[in-house]
Amino acid sequence: MREIWHNIILYFENNMDVYFTMLQQHLNISIRVLVISLLISVPIGILCVIFTKQQKWVIGLFQVLRIIPSLAVLVLSIRFFGIGMGPAVIALAFLAIPPILMNTVAGLEEVPFFILETARGMGMTPLQIWLKVRLPLAFPLIIAGIKTAMVEIVASATIAALIGAGGLGQIIFQGLSVRRTELLLIGGISVAIISISAVFLLDLLERFVQRYKYV
Amino acid sequence: MMANTTIAIEYQHVYKRFNGANYNAVNDVDLSINEGEFITILGSSGSGKTTLLKMTNRLYDPDSGNVILFGENIRNVDAVKVRRRIGYAIQQVGLLPHMTIAQNIAIVPNLLKWDKQRIDNRVRELTALVGLDCEEFLKRYPAQLSGGQQQRVGLARALAADPKIMLLDEPFGAIDAINRLNLQDELKRIHGGLKKTFLFVTHDINEALKLGTKVIVMNEGQVCQFDTPENIVNKPVGGFVESLIRSYREQEKIWGGLS
Repeated sequence: MREIWHNIILYFENNMDVYFTMLQQHLNISIRVLVISLLISVPIGILCVIFTKQQKWVIGLFQVLRIIPSLAVLVLSIRFFGIGMGPAVIALAFLAIPPILMNTVAGLEEVPFFILETARGMGMTPLQIWLKVRLPLAFPLIIAGIKTAMVEIVASATIAALIGAGGLGQIIFQGLSVRRTELLLIGGISVAIISISAVFLLDLLERFVQRYKYV
Repeated sequence: MMANTTIAIEYQHVYKRFNGANYNAVNDVDLSINEGEFITILGSSGSGKTTLLKMTNRLYDPDSGNVILFGENIRNVDAVKVRRRIGYAIQQVGLLPHMTIAQNIAIVPNLLKWDKQRIDNRVRELTALVGLDCEEFLKRYPAQLSGGQQQRVGLARALAADPKIMLLDEPFGAIDAINRLNLQDELKRIHGGLKKTFLFVTHDINEALKLGTKVIVMNEGQVCQFDTPENIVNKPVGGFVESLIRSYREQEKIWGGLS
């Protein structure tokens, strides 16, 4: 035990810059995945609410895509997009889109009809109803979806190292190949800390956007 | 006095049938309402009273017939513009939960792009008008208010842009009896001071007779009688209005018997 602790300290003494590069890469991948997933799932969620007949097909499709193991998606995406951060981001987005999409749909549909109709009755345009009423009222659920997605993204971003995208997965895979426990611990705990911090920040955001419920 | 009254609202043979229904929700409504009246529309659920109300601000459009507001056929006016000129309040109030009371009241003035100072002044004026102490309430969220207070805010919001016509769809329907009486009195006072035309939908005959300068009694999409409360009570026209008045008098006897 003491030896592992000693090795961990030794690792940081010698590789601080490498560690921070990988940490940065990990965050970089995660944030890109989140942004891309948001850009895809929120508009699709809005379309799902407008075109209700197609909704279950679209959600079903993304649910099926989610079942495919991310490792398989990763390997497949190498075929189409090569190696590096790009394919990793695409593979991870498959994981992140379903929870955000489903929560966006649920959040938008949860807004009571009478609220939408009074907004219309006051003379809001359809666009104003979306921007000032429907989306803001769906925010709390959308953020809950982001939280679910974020945990998956941060954890799964480790496998991105397999296709040369970098990130904390590199330490873990290195530790696996040379059987160095301290590397596994450093990688694993770092990922866990990022995950917890992300959830904590999103919790704060969630509380902020629905402060009107808690007052 | 009759000579210089303006017609605020005119329904010309208005019909409305909803998709899939085999009856008309509103069936040949044809009447005129003078400016400054407090019209109550009395009917049971399914009588078409709410449908008629919603055709006045183009939430629904009639299948045939016209709705004329101050001489203008609203079919030819952009629905959004029509609605911004008309106050609208409903039973569920529909305050936007993520906005403060002040922001809620300011919705229509903001849509009309009033300047900030004018909106601030108007919001304060209105909270006082509906009997809510400004400083205390303006920064709160709807969830912090009681049902009666929320409905006062709903009224203030509907009045915000100083509309000539107010549409009120059972605004006191979910409020307890005592608060309801207070709100009715205040609504009557507000109407008296403003010279606006109020259209007030209710299924409560007491409320209809108490508030209305004239009452529209509706049943199965048709107007049974459109007259002053006195005439509705003393000279009911047709079987439906007669039985309505009779059943109410029967209920009154319960009170007579108990006291």
